[in-house]
Amino acid sequence: MHIVIIGNGIAGITTARHLRKLDPDVRISVISAETEHFFSRTALMYIYMGHMKYEHTKPYEDHFWAKNRIELINKHVSRLDPDSKAVVFSDDSRMLYDKLVLATGSASNRFGWPGQYLDGVQGLYSYQDLLTLEQWSAGLKHAVIVGGGLIGIELVEMLHSRHIPVTFLVREKSFWDGVMPAEESRMVNEEIRRNGVDLRLSSELKEILSDEHGRARAVVTTDGEEIACQFVGLTAGVHPRIELADGTAIETGRGFLVDEYLETSVKDIYAAGDCAELRQSIPGRSTIEAVWYTGKHMGPVLAQSLLGEPTAYQQKTWFNSAKFMDIEWQTYGFFPKDPQEDEAHLIWVHPDGKKSVRIVYDTSSQAVKGFNLMGVRYRGEICLHWIDSATPIQTVLENLSLANFDPEFYRQHEADIIQQFNQQSGLNVKLKSKRSLSGVFAYFGK
Amino acid sequence: MQIEKSLSLANPSPRNLTPGHKIGLSIVGLGLVLLLIALFGGLRSHVGLFLALALSSLAVGGITYAWFEYMNKPEGIKNNGVWHFGESSRGTIGWVFGVVITLFYIALYWFPEWLGQGSAGAGNSGMVALFDPLSILLKGQPASQWFVYGTFYTLAILVLGVKFIWKYRHNRYQQIRTFSVMFFQLGFAFLIPEILSSLNNTASFSDIPYNDFKNMWPLNYYFFDDYNIKAMLSPGSGNLGLSMLIWGLAMVFVVSPFLTYFFGKRWYCSWVCGCGGLAETAGDPFRQLSDKSLKAWKFERWMIHGVLLFAVLMTVAVIYSFYQKNGNESFWISKDMFIWGTVTLLLGIAAAVFFMRERFKHIKKDVRFLIVGLIVTTAGVIAINYLSGAKHVMFVESYPLRKWYGFFIGVTFSGVIGVGFYPLLGSRVWCRFGCPMAGLLGLQQRFFSRFRITTNGDQCISCGNCSTYCEMGIDVRSYAQKGQNIVRASCVGCGICAAVCPRGVLRLENGPNTDESRMESI
Ligand SMILES: Cc1cc2nc3c(=O)[nH]c(=O)nc-3n(C[C@H](O)[C@H](O)[C@H](O)COP(=O)(O)OP(=O)(O)OC[C@H]3O[C@@H](n4cnc5c(N)ncnc54)[C@H](O)[C@@H]3O)c2cc1C
Ligand code: SF4
Ligand code: SF4
Repeated sequence: MHIVIIGNGIAGITTARHLRKLDPDVRISVISAETEHFFSRTALMYIYMGHMKYEHTKPYEDHFWAKNRIELINKHVSRLDPDSKAVVFSDDSRMLYDKLVLATGSASNRFGWPGQYLDGVQGLYSYQDLLTLEQWSAGLKHAVIVGGGLIGIELVEMLHSRHIPVTFLVREKSFWDGVMPAEESRMVNEEIRRNGVDLRLSSELKEILSDEHGRARAVVTTDGEEIACQFVGLTAGVHPRIELADGTAIETGRGFLVDEYLETSVKDIYAAGDCAELRQSIPGRSTIEAVWYTGKHMGPVLAQSLLGEPTAYQQKTWFNSAKFMDIEWQTYGFFPKDPQEDEAHLIWVHPDGKKSVRIVYDTSSQAVKGFNLMGVRYRGEICLHWIDSATPIQTVLENLSLANFDPEFYRQHEADIIQQFNQQSGLNVKLKSKRSLSGVFAYFGK
Repeated sequence: MQIEKSLSLANPSPRNLTPGHKIGLSIVGLGLVLLLIALFGGLRSHVGLFLALALSSLAVGGITYAWFEYMNKPEGIKNNGVWHFGESSRGTIGWVFGVVITLFYIALYWFPEWLGQGSAGAGNSGMVALFDPLSILLKGQPASQWFVYGTFYTLAILVLGVKFIWKYRHNRYQQIRTFSVMFFQLGFAFLIPEILSSLNNTASFSDIPYNDFKNMWPLNYYFFDDYNIKAMLSPGSGNLGLSMLIWGLAMVFVVSPFLTYFFGKRWYCSWVCGCGGLAETAGDPFRQLSDKSLKAWKFERWMIHGVLLFAVLMTVAVIYSFYQKNGNESFWISKDMFIWGTVTLLLGIAAAVFFMRERFKHIKKDVRFLIVGLIVTTAGVIAINYLSGAKHVMFVESYPLRKWYGFFIGVTFSGVIGVGFYPLLGSRVWCRFGCPMAGLLGLQQRFFSRFRITTNGDQCISCGNCSTYCEMGIDVRSYAQKGQNIVRASCVGCGICAAVCPRGVLRLENGPNTDESRMESI
């Protein structure tokens, strides 16, 4: 059997690796137009900032692929021919498959702004974007970044690391406040400003102006303000890359629509990662989750299905993490940013304004539903266990030290958090356990 | 890939040298110029004053630079431009640094007269003479090239330690362990030995051997040498010598196994040791240059365990010939007791590991290697016993053997390559490939220790920061992205992987010493 995978990102590569793990004989081909080898897209920023070189972002050494007999094809697929079970490359050559996996990822959004295709205007998604960014950075005097999401703030930090003055246009009233609760969002605003970045909230892009050579020279905001710049970063989100569905019977929504076995509407064609849209998601959760972990979780399941053991993909309890300049963020559990009916938020903010812990729980059942952590690390296994087993807030607080995952000797704040809870609730919860790995094992009865 | 070329298009990471930085560098420059003038025979009067000026310039300048580099920026990870700047990415400046430090080591070991070391009764000249006043102050004798080296070494750890503490001022683990290496270097490696030897001029002592109380066999490979043992037992050292011997043995057989069990080898390698101390402070800008490839790891395992095997056999041989020369029964234990005691110890460990092999399900291969290694060592010890005569050990003369070890491992590897090549091979080349102590502690860490680096569930995004900044060349990411813990013999527990991880995935922890709990996340 020949399984062809289009896309060598985390989704495609995890699938390929697990295929090989499960079956020593299946022929595996992975196609990508972007880079020859799998690299970590999430590390693009670190290459630009000089923390790493491209080679450091490759999770496997180059000899790994031949050793595991995973064929790598560095070409662009221009279309699919499902009737003859073939992919067609842009040089018109073809490759036959028995089963096909679409793991084509995402592309940056451009919302039809005038001037969005000028020189010096780009998103940040691919390795090629990094190369052009490098090119536009030469002699750059001022940059404007549009879009207050995770990639936007990364791009801001990147340029800032090279001492390039940046204006950050954020449409919302506060950074990423569609997702982040108010306190945390405000904390990020402050962090951005602390670093000397010109953050403009409630500011929208209207158009980008060109100089005589077709390069961006300024942006105009919807307030009519003109900001001179030679580079514009467009980071207003991403969308699945589904152009390969054109001319085929593959059903699409925003992404390739897939059932619980990650199969598309066309037999033997599957999709995974950013580009896959679940026909049905867990209530409240998105049908497209464009994060690293989606590909990582879909890959192993898909590999089994491909080898004839249909296995359903189930969204795991939500978790995510990011870093806003110097403030780390971790979140466990899925919850709306504002308390719903029957929900309470315990929120503790460190006096220095760079750390906070938010615990969301149900007021009637007392069950803990989620954690939102800024500048503090918590242990995933234990937070997710508490959420999955609907542990009451009091039990969680009593054992909160077990969740602390900060490095040794860091000051611990669990006692302060509990004090805050006691003040608000009038209860008298006491910290029972100390931070210790053995304590965690004991808690899990191991 | 055309990356390097395209990256050179822009001026990546222009340096932001503030006037403060420049002042700091100029003061350092002044200190270096004074040292150079002394090296070429200048500064013959007011020597003490000039020495104080030179050393304080290095210190004040270095600390000033560090202040402007870190203290007026927000707290956080400071790796911007590391792979753009020449000194930290094997660029031209890196090579220049490498050559200069290497030359210094060559002079130090083989041509001390270049530095001004007086020989055949003549007084010091050049740079060594500049250090006479400090040496006389501390121990009442003129300086030697080793005193000069010790002073530079200590100064580097102190000044660059302050720099490191400021660089990681958001991270208490980094601060405390750096303070610890600074303390041990200044107190244990520098002041105490010098002060002890100054006691030799007093009435009660005449012959106290040089001793760094934190330096442990087998790193301290001369500990069991004829001259050292004799010196420690000599009446002129009072009870001090004997206590050194007892402490030295206790370190190897009691203190170290105990601490390594509870905390991993980090208690020594990145909290106490002087080589580690220099690597963590002066070597910090170069930690990312370590080789992360699988090939390097394979090489490392043969190399370091080979050195350990050699160091053990050499020590046995040296002690053996000590008995041959001084009579078999003259000390606490006889020669036969020593040889067969060693054999029993080695085989005992092998047997214990063999019977506990069920515990080590995840690391079966390592268990096999360990047992084979112990048996080979035992065979070596027995061979020494039967194939050696009064002067030779297994047909080789034992003292030349030891001298060659000293030359290749003790000097060339630990000094010239270990430190001289910081800017080319990274800061822990010696610790990773050549240190017998690290080999020994590493074995214990792998099999009998509560230490591991825990991986936080699925949070890893495979970015590679952890692997890149691991000075021991451990591919931390390869474990973290699979959700596995890191239990590697070579890990010195510096904690930098955990510090640079942007997703909070890694934590250095001590927990139950069971195979399952150490290898897999919860
Ligand atoms: C700058 C940045 C930072 C991020 N940081 C985080 C983070 O911190 N945490 C997190 O969870 N997520 C993060 N993400 C999102 C995460 O990287 C993506 O969700 C993930 O990489 C998607 O993986 P994938 O395998 O689905 O697709 P991709 O990684 O996009 O891989 C798809 C591959 O397919 C190739 N391809 C597509 N079409 C064709 C074709 N027709 N022919 C040939 N090749 C084709 C593409 O070129 C690409 O190489 C970040 C994304 C970016 C851009
Ligand atoms: S694995 Fe981490 S703690 Fe261990 S040596 Fe490497 S960077 Fe240091
Ligand atoms: S630094 Fe953290 S996120 Fe990056 S690869 Fe290492 S463990 Fe994973």
